[in-house]
Amino acid sequence: MNIEWIWGLCGGLLIGLGGAVYLLGNGRIMGASGILGGLVDGSARDTLAERLAFIAGLIGMPLLLRPLIAPEIQTHLTNNLGIVILAGILVGIGTRIANGCTSGHGVCGISRFSLRGIVATVFYILAGGVTLVLLRHVWGLI
Amino acid sequence: MRLFIALFSGSLFGAGLLISGMTDTTKVQGWLDVFGNWDPTLAFVMGGAILPMLVAWRLTTGRKALIGSDYPPPAKPEVDRRLVVGSVLFGMGWGLAGLCPGPAMASLSYGGMGGLVFLAAMAAGMFMAPTVGAQLDRAANAA
Repeated sequence: MNIEWIWGLCGGLLIGLGGAVYLLGNGRIMGASGILGGLVDGSARDTLAERLAFIAGLIGMPLLLRPLIAPEIQTHLTNNLGIVILAGILVGIGTRIANGCTSGHGVCGISRFSLRGIVATVFYILAGGVTLVLLRHVWGLI
Repeated sequence: MRLFIALFSGSLFGAGLLISGMTDTTKVQGWLDVFGNWDPTLAFVMGGAILPMLVAWRLTTGRKALIGSDYPPPAKPEVDRRLVVGSVLFGMGWGLAGLCPGPAMASLSYGGMGGLVFLAAMAAGMFMAPTVGAQLDRAANAA
C-alpha cells in the first residue's frame, strides 16, 4: 500500500469522526456547503454561532497543525484566476441547489444509505471527471 | 456545549482534510483524471470517513442528540432535477479547480490569493443559488 493512501485513510477516519461528533452531539449533519451556505444567504440566523464555531475549527486546526506536521502540503491551486472564479461560482451554485457537497451528500449521505446522497455523489464525480478530462486531455486548457 | 461540539467537530474535519491530502488540488484532480496518472487516494479518504459515520447513524435510532435536540429526519427518497443539475454544476467546478467547500475553507491559511478568490466566488455562487434554483424550477414547469 502506498503511504499516501494510508494517510488518506487516517485523515478520512478523522473526517468521519468529525461528522459523528456533529451528529451525535448537536444532532446535525456535517455538510460544509450547508454550514457555510446558511451563513451566506442568511437562512440560518438561529444557528449562526454554531456554524461560525464549526468554521473556526475547520480553518483553525489546519492553521495550527500544518506548520507542525506537514509544512510541505500546498493547495497547488491554479494561478489562472478566471478558472478559479468560474470554479468557485459553479461549486457555490451547484452545492446549494443540490443541497449538499462531498461531506454532506458524500460522507454523511452514503453512510446512511441515502439514495439522494449516492445519486449526487455519482453525478458530481462523473461531471468532475468529464470536465477535467475534456479540459486537460482534449482541449489542453488546464 | 453546542458551540464547543461544533468547534471540536470542525477541528477534526480540518485535521482530517489536512492529513488526508485533500487540501491539495492535485490529489483531488488526480482522482478525477482517469486518463492521466490516476490517484486513488480520495477513495481511501471517502471510505475512511464513511466508517465512523456508519456507526454514528446506527447510534441515532430511538435517541436524542447529546444537547437534547432531535436527530435529522430520515433522508428524503426522491431524486429530483435540483439534485442532479446541482451536482453536475458542482462537479464541473470541482473538476476545474480541484476544490470543494470543506477543503476550500480548510486550506485558507496556506497562503496565496487563489484560495480567497475561490472562497469569495463560491460565496457569490451560494448567494445566487436561490435565484438560479427558482429559474430551474420554472424551466421544468414550462417544459
